[in-house]
Amino acid sequence: MAFEALQDIISACEQMKKAFWEVVLEDDMTEREVSKENSMAQMRYTWNAMLQSASGYDRTLQSKSGLVGGDGAKMEDYYREKGTESLCGEYVDSVIAGALQMGESNACMKRIVAAPTAGACGVLPAVLVPYFQKRRCPEERILEALYVAAGIGQVIATRASISGAAGGCQAEIGSASAMAAGALVHLQGGDMQQIIQAAGIALKNLLGLVCDPVAGLVEVPCVKRNVIGAVNAMSSADMAMAGITSRIPPDQVIDAMKEIGDRMDVSFRETAQGGLAGTAAGMEIAERVLGRQ
Amino acid sequence: MNLFDILGPVMVGPSSSHTAGAVRIGNLALKLLQERPVKADIVLHGSFATTGNGHGTDRALIAGLLGMQPDDMRIPDSFQLAEEQGLDYTFTNKTLKDAHPNTAVLTLTGENGKTMEVQAASIGGGRVEIHKLDGVDAFFSAEKPTLIIYNLDRCGSVSDVASVLSLNHINIANMHLYRSKKGGFAVMVIEMDQGISKYAVQLLEGLDGIQKVVYLNTEE
Ligand code: SF4
Repeated sequence: MAFEALQDIISACEQMKKAFWEVVLEDDMTEREVSKENSMAQMRYTWNAMLQSASGYDRTLQSKSGLVGGDGAKMEDYYREKGTESLCGEYVDSVIAGALQMGESNACMKRIVAAPTAGACGVLPAVLVPYFQKRRCPEERILEALYVAAGIGQVIATRASISGAAGGCQAEIGSASAMAAGALVHLQGGDMQQIIQAAGIALKNLLGLVCDPVAGLVEVPCVKRNVIGAVNAMSSADMAMAGITSRIPPDQVIDAMKEIGDRMDVSFRETAQGGLAGTAAGMEIAERVLGRQ
Repeated sequence: MNLFDILGPVMVGPSSSHTAGAVRIGNLALKLLQERPVKADIVLHGSFATTGNGHGTDRALIAGLLGMQPDDMRIPDSFQLAEEQGLDYTFTNKTLKDAHPNTAVLTLTGENGKTMEVQAASIGGGRVEIHKLDGVDAFFSAEKPTLIIYNLDRCGSVSDVASVLSLNHINIANMHLYRSKKGGFAVMVIEMDQGISKYAVQLLEGLDGIQKVVYLNTEE
């Protein structure tokens, strides 16, 4: 059975004297009745699929609606030209570009890895691919970090939700960001408490985020929301590494997300009625795009 | 949800429900038809009708009918592939009564003349459910090995089928009988804990009053 609380994973770690990622791996082995090799092979396949979609970005692609495409290329050109001069600096800018590119690839019917959903597919690869490539991190470590991320995601899915239709965008981008924050802490050598603190902080920062896709398409605002998910994961991970903690325990942050999701009006839950989708510009786009069928 | 439902599926975007789920629906319909389709008339309902075009739901359904899986990179080109492979298709938007918001109804004709009408819904995260077969209510997900048995609506059929299964040491997880409102035939849906041999399927086909047996096993 998947863990119902991040704290339960910590207790299991202490009891078994194992790392966070190993406990998640072992839980997968028991739940799906597979060997360690089998589970790791599937994780490697997942990671390779992420890498492939990151490198397969096509800067000329436009989505069928014409709403998204090319922004990831603009961002890449920008940081290559500006280097350290930009506000965020080259490394963070490459994370931003990666998030935009993956979001665009998804909208343009390219192959991606839902993590935890297709709409939020850019967050994890945006922080992990530069870490892997620019910091020359061994693949094994990335796989471990993916177990950390998946463990966090499983708890959120069990305790609350990872679907925009059920819990708003906090459940998609928020969950992805929490997963990525925990993964980054693991890569930076943080301990299990720091992992869940980072996840808690990241999720806290995105509480209340509504799901309001213009014309009902996974394009606006989804592509750019992947950026906030990724950058928020980095700042949350750095905070946790600095020893900063969430005053509200991470499991209770997840519960708060569930409560907010449950009470969120249906117009903010993927129905394309409220929020950005309901603005004058949003409605106009919807009419143009949907009327064109 | 297992670990790789959280990190995964690996799929062609943009939407697990509107794209990946639609491929799965097409694929299940193909398996239910039991032969290569040459004609498909597809009705889209609810959110499939309103946002299906932008999500590639139409191309995803056709991709599934051509045998592709949700991670197949050829999904965006499925219309062209359908043309090359001789599959004619039409799409109509229609509001259906009491249907799930992401519903498609596929009316299919196969290369040897078999026909099939499948109503299915994409229920989130790429998971799908069949809701009707040839107009008869029939609920199943096909996540477990599943037998769909069309039979004349008369006594004895259920026990005949059950005894064939138990003789073959098949553990039934779930069994439902759905009867056509018009009368005449019924559909048995049997979900099993494990797969079943070709031989057992043939035995079932040979039973009195059985019109058609379809065996679905997504793991094979
Ligand atoms: S706005 Fe809605 S569809 Fe878009 S990423 Fe957020 S949750 Fe997903």
